[in-house]
Amino acid sequence: MAGIVSAAAYIPFLKMDRKIMASAWGRGAMPGYRSLAGSDEDSLTMAAEAAAACLGASEREGVDGVYFASTTAPYREKQSSSLLATILDLRRDVQAVDFGNSLRSGLSALRLALDSVKAGSADRLLVTAGEQRIAYPKSDQEQMFGDGGGAALVGADGEALTYLGGYGLSDDITDIWRRDEDRYVKTWEARFINTEGYLALMKEAIGRLLQQQGLSAADISRAAIPAPDGRSFAALLKSTGLDGDGVATDSLLGEAGYCGAAHPLLLLASVMETAKQGDKVLLAAYGDGAEALLLEVTGEVAKTSPGIDQQLASRQEFTSYARFLSFKDIVEPLPGEPFRLSPSASVTWRERDSLLRCHGSRCLECGEVSFPIQRICNQCRSVDNFEPVRLSGEAGEVFTYSQDNLAGRPDDPVIVQTVAQMASGARFYGLMTDCDPAQVELGMPVKLTLRKLHDLGGFHNYFWKCRPLR
Amino acid sequence: MGSIKDKVAIIGMGCTQFGELWDKGLNDLAIEAAAEAYADAGVGQEDIEACYMSTLYAPMGGAGGTAASDALKLRDIPIIRNENWCASGHIALYEACLAVASGMFDVVMALGVEKLKDTGFPGLGVGRGMSPVLEARRTSPGSFALIAKRYFDKYGISDQEGKELIGRIAVKNHDNGSRSPKAHFHNKLTLEKVVNAPIIAWPLGLFDCCGNSDGAACAIVTRADLAKNFRDDPIYVKGLGVSMDSVIPHNRSGFDWIHFGALQNSSRMAYEMAGIKDPRQELDVAEVHDCFTITELAIYENFGFSSPGGAREDILSGFFERGGGLPVNIDGGLKCFGHPVGASGLRMTYEVYKQLQEKVDNPERQVPNPRLGLSHTFGGPPQVSAVAIMGNELG
Repeated sequence: MAGIVSAAAYIPFLKMDRKIMASAWGRGAMPGYRSLAGSDEDSLTMAAEAAAACLGASEREGVDGVYFASTTAPYREKQSSSLLATILDLRRDVQAVDFGNSLRSGLSALRLALDSVKAGSADRLLVTAGEQRIAYPKSDQEQMFGDGGGAALVGADGEALTYLGGYGLSDDITDIWRRDEDRYVKTWEARFINTEGYLALMKEAIGRLLQQQGLSAADISRAAIPAPDGRSFAALLKSTGLDGDGVATDSLLGEAGYCGAAHPLLLLASVMETAKQGDKVLLAAYGDGAEALLLEVTGEVAKTSPGIDQQLASRQEFTSYARFLSFKDIVEPLPGEPFRLSPSASVTWRERDSLLRCHGSRCLECGEVSFPIQRICNQCRSVDNFEPVRLSGEAGEVFTYSQDNLAGRPDDPVIVQTVAQMASGARFYGLMTDCDPAQVELGMPVKLTLRKLHDLGGFHNYFWKCRPLR
Repeated sequence: MGSIKDKVAIIGMGCTQFGELWDKGLNDLAIEAAAEAYADAGVGQEDIEACYMSTLYAPMGGAGGTAASDALKLRDIPIIRNENWCASGHIALYEACLAVASGMFDVVMALGVEKLKDTGFPGLGVGRGMSPVLEARRTSPGSFALIAKRYFDKYGISDQEGKELIGRIAVKNHDNGSRSPKAHFHNKLTLEKVVNAPIIAWPLGLFDCCGNSDGAACAIVTRADLAKNFRDDPIYVKGLGVSMDSVIPHNRSGFDWIHFGALQNSSRMAYEMAGIKDPRQELDVAEVHDCFTITELAIYENFGFSSPGGAREDILSGFFERGGGLPVNIDGGLKCFGHPVGASGLRMTYEVYKQLQEKVDNPERQVPNPRLGLSHTFGGPPQVSAVAIMGNELG
């Protein structure tokens, strides 16, 4: 049987009170917060965090494919899923596919994965999504959009949710779009989107799915339905009869915002945290048509850590609208000190086992573990006599650190250099992210997370950082 | 390992004014330092058989040793450029000493020159090393500050106490620098001002960090047996030590950020050559690498000036102050001269040379009756450390 083995969400550490955007423009504020990708995050790193949590300690050899969905992929021409496959240390012969351009691409990817597994062409597929859309300054969307990532592991066995079926329709409608050259999301009149787009097509897809399954709305215990805002959400639930108590809730919308293509997976992870045996779970998503999937909780739902409430609570309040504009590349602040680094695509490629797969080396002679990989052992000097050790999932603790107040980007200047003692014995040297520098102390537990370090060379340079546990 | 002791002598040195020298280029600095050294040694450009040059940045790499040949017109002789971070100046001296000790040359030059203030930025830039990402936001203050947390933790020193402890090093060096005409900064500091200055990388505040300056220094080196042909008071090289660690020892288990192999090995090599058993007692003056105050503290212990954990007591008792048991950085150090990277090792050696000749440019900081002095630079941390010990008598 095909189904969902596990799912996880990633919500950035930075949270911004919507009043900050509102007051910058002297306009009305929506309630709650929006999540904000850090200056070292993008749709790929957020998807990678969710994917790592989703995989947990499970065997990575068995993953046959990785899908990545986003309307804000880090590259227009260059695959993100193959980079994810490397970061997640998956097999070389995984099927890597990117999905894009549509807000429902996260759910489309999930549906295709479920259908592939159901058809027997793969045993395990990892579906990921990340999103960080940019709205016009002053717009409603500026407040409503959130940044985040999600992931779901689809499998032929060990599934917690069994796949019962799906329905999709496509319908060309220019209601929400970005042309190739557009930075900001453009929309037609809101009433047009709602009546002819979102409400009409979602209602149709959900209705058809229930009909196909011989069910009514009353049979649905839980629904994960993304909506661009609270009002549309309420209207859709009412019109589909899914407005029963506790059936469909979206705490993410208020506390993190609408995370576009990643939102269906974020909501799936949210539903799975509390779903009970026998629950029928409906997933749906909108964008130039609509899709809906039906699943049933048939197995033990594994908890992924940290949970969504924990991720919403764990936060650094981001209070500067000027810095927000800079993080979103809308304004360019005073340049900082120049980098003294030589970016090189060939170095990054050659060193990918260390830099991206996060492999260290364990000496087969004396057991010393080093990161990055050392061909000659740091201790006993034996040559090319090591096995790789994946450090990315390991626990670590701060061995020493410093806080340089000037070394970062002009809009994010504080840099916490850290030496972390990892569980395997390796020492990790790098930067600490998502921390309150004042709270850092020796012995503090940390874990590793992939982040974007800079764009020298005209490409994204990713590497690992450490961060406090959330 | 053999010894360089009493085989080589320095017969002339020069050192420019250090500072933000907007009206001087790399060539001007090299010319000024060399001119003073020529005059001091009583030689001319035509006497120089080889030149060992240290510079990091100027003119941003890719120029080999031509900065020296272009500026000084030292054409048609070997010019060897080295780039070993902050220890480059000492390594130029090291190469020069080996060159004359081998018998291959009689008179050679070691030249350290650095023009930092042409980059348009007050700092040294962000990022280090050969990887695009491994040291992407590595900076000097952020790197040296890594020492502080471990040191304070190991010896039970509170944040406030630690901040004041290293602050005293800044106060000492600035007091010395106020008596040093060629230094960049001549201002005295109070401990209160040091402790309350803006934090660059905790616990390093503005005054715990050395400045970025321009400068050059130069040494003329010959064989010891030829030295008296040039002057009555040559300064003899007693010991040299250079020790290299890796660029990221951070990833080595057991590396504790308190004990530095490069510091310990380089000083041990030099002590053994010089026949020094107890540097604390036997040295009369020392110029060590005070790029940051915490660095100077770490050097006290790694060099055996203080016992392990004993730096606190020595700092509080004024042992390293002018008039103390072992005056350290009596010219103001990097704190007051700034750190034009490739020049600093020779600038520090210049001070020791002048001290041992009792010809310091301001008698207020002359150490009485000096016999042995040490100069030292440390790049990293903690990649490379280089030490030179000099004396004013043979034997």
